[in-house]
Amino acid sequence: MNSSRREFIRQLSVACGSIMFVPACSGYDSVWRFFSEAEAKTVIAFAEQIIPRDKDAGASDANVINFIDKQLTGPYTRFQEMYKKGIPAIESSASNILQKAFYELEFGVQTEFMIKMEKGELPEEFWKEVNQRDFFRLMLDHTMQGFYGSPRHGGNKNYVSYKMMKLDYPHVIGQNRYESKCAQNSPSRPPQGEEKELTNAPV
Amino acid sequence: MKNKHVNAIVVGAGAGGGIVAKELAVAGLSVVLFERGGWATYDDHDDDELISQRTTVLGNAFGPDDIRHRRVVANSDGSTRIVLPSEGSYSNNAACVGSGTVSYGAMAWRFMEKDFKMKSTYGHVEGSTLEDWPIDYFDLEPFYEKAEWEIGVSGDHNANPFMAPRKKPYPMPAFTYNREGQLLHDTSKKLGLHPFSIPMLRNSVRNNGRPACYRMRSCVGFACPVNAKCGIHNTVIPIAIKSGNCELRTHCQVAEIMLDEKGRATGVKYFDENNKGQIQTADIVVVAAAAVETARLLLNSKSKLFPNGAGNNNDWVGRNLQGHAYTGAVGLMDYEVYDDVGPGACMAISDFNHDNEGIIGGGALCNEFTAMPYLFSKMRPLGAKNWGLEHKEYQRTMFKRMIRLHGPFQEIPSFEARVTADPEVKDFWGIPVARLSGKRHPYDRTGCEFMSQKAEEILKEAGAAKTWQSIGGGPGISGGQHQAGTARMGNDPKTSVTNKFGQVHEIDNLFVADGSLNVTNGGFNPALTIMALGFYVGDNIVKNWNGTKFK
Repeated sequence: MNSSRREFIRQLSVACGSIMFVPACSGYDSVWRFFSEAEAKTVIAFAEQIIPRDKDAGASDANVINFIDKQLTGPYTRFQEMYKKGIPAIESSASNILQKAFYELEFGVQTEFMIKMEKGELPEEFWKEVNQRDFFRLMLDHTMQGFYGSPRHGGNKNYVSYKMMKLDYPHVIGQNRYESKCAQNSPSRPPQGEEKELTNAPV
Repeated sequence: MKNKHVNAIVVGAGAGGGIVAKELAVAGLSVVLFERGGWATYDDHDDDELISQRTTVLGNAFGPDDIRHRRVVANSDGSTRIVLPSEGSYSNNAACVGSGTVSYGAMAWRFMEKDFKMKSTYGHVEGSTLEDWPIDYFDLEPFYEKAEWEIGVSGDHNANPFMAPRKKPYPMPAFTYNREGQLLHDTSKKLGLHPFSIPMLRNSVRNNGRPACYRMRSCVGFACPVNAKCGIHNTVIPIAIKSGNCELRTHCQVAEIMLDEKGRATGVKYFDENNKGQIQTADIVVVAAAAVETARLLLNSKSKLFPNGAGNNNDWVGRNLQGHAYTGAVGLMDYEVYDDVGPGACMAISDFNHDNEGIIGGGALCNEFTAMPYLFSKMRPLGAKNWGLEHKEYQRTMFKRMIRLHGPFQEIPSFEARVTADPEVKDFWGIPVARLSGKRHPYDRTGCEFMSQKAEEILKEAGAAKTWQSIGGGPGISGGQHQAGTARMGNDPKTSVTNKFGQVHEIDNLFVADGSLNVTNGGFNPALTIMALGFYVGDNIVKNWNGTKFK
């Protein structure tokens, strides 16, 4: 998200009030509907660990954060509390054990951290309000949904996961549209969000 | 304004109810057909995996909604929990015109002769209410034929040597195999088994004014974008409406069947699309709301003569809730076996359905419907890491190498697996919700182990480099889209809910016409059998209609 767009959204939210962004929890200081800027950084880093960019797109490229943020103010309202308790638990675990914010850790260190979290091996003192394994599974599942689900829900931007799995889309058998330049301008399925071409940068 | 009295009320516009409504309307009876949902179209949710009939994480594409509907599930320790329709343990069936037939996989199975005679074939099973049906296959055969021709089935009537005798071929030619299906066909043949193209309620050629299937990968769980799937919504319901005798009332929640002091049904109380309480009177009432909701409606319909619910004086309403224990095996090939020819499932064998030493019942084995990308992220061999680069590599390389063989094992009914009306929890309209309790019979697991073993042997023979079993029939309550058994038909009123015509014992003008009637649920997807039962129940009502009332 570049700063001019952020500024635009901020002005918009001031102008229209918080109904633009359903809950008041994130306030005016965040571009997100539900998350604060800091919480979003944690979720983005977590999701990128679940589906890292390699020769194909990763969770950040697919805008998984946008999917999770959007659903938490819709069908996933019931999971809001889990996130509100779980994200601080990740951050307090990271800052106490590793003296850094989780999202600022090196990729490999984050991975080690998450392996521990998945097994429930992070110190329990930071996880009194939410079970670390449950929260891990929840975020894992939501990341998968955001990456592999239909782009209409805010993730899977530009159908990156279908491209990765070599699934033709739009579904005309034998017509893989991803590599074709003309398909980029196909009127049947306008690209979602920003149109920036994804670069297949190595990790 | 008071609703005009009609001859018949049908509750539920699904596989059973839609057909009964059409049969009665065409025979000249005035009919009101109630449906709690509305018309579903492809455009509502297109091929959106996260709101489909197979992945309901963001809601049910075909209803019901999470706002107004609830059920209670009793845990094994006696505690209870409230579940929403989008949660798996709700045991949902689609709530829309056509119900599950809008989005189903559309397999068109006839049950086998022995499926109607489970007890006399296999004897008493300890802890089970296994029983024979009061009718046999040949009673239902003409109605299977009607279902196949009026709804529309593609298949080769000679291909499955284990199929029960039949008089007529299918109206449309069989579907060709996809690459996986062809491989499994060839392998099964080599093993001495009898593979065939699955009969499908789907147009293989232009039929009935609708086009042929163009083999989308996103078929099961979705409405068809070209209307090639044959369901209740695009066959019998338009005919019923066209007859001028059937009014389809959508978005109506039926709350109660009204019973008079003589013990006859006089109509229903319902909430209309504006949630306003209404009364509709009729000469006869047919309940076809699927096993869970049919039982709930009967149980919520109390009167002086039926203090425990309509037809429930012997405590059999809601009992014997069954579905299917899905079981099979998964394999990974060294090469891509997926060719993107939908809907995936196309080949079956029925060799493990009956007549297998030591096994009660059995089931068909089929290659599976195409996995969608999100659900595929959960399909892993035991111990595989399900996130990180390893996850990605698996998604990328194995999606097109996966080969699967699965099937619905015929469940052994259990008296304690049941639907009751919850004493406390109510839905949006204040109607007591269904409570699901009990568990499957332990034999289901034994049978599933047998089936999975067989499936894995075939995958190995097909050349799969790695295989594993996915064994169904665990504890917990069955039901789901194949839900059945809760208003069992039988000759003895003490051990059944309806007689052999689906007429509720002791209430002459109240009928059931859906899978609730199934004494046992066969080793097959039950849609065609429910359709046949719809024609069968409807036929009997029409034959005994004397112009003003049921004899």
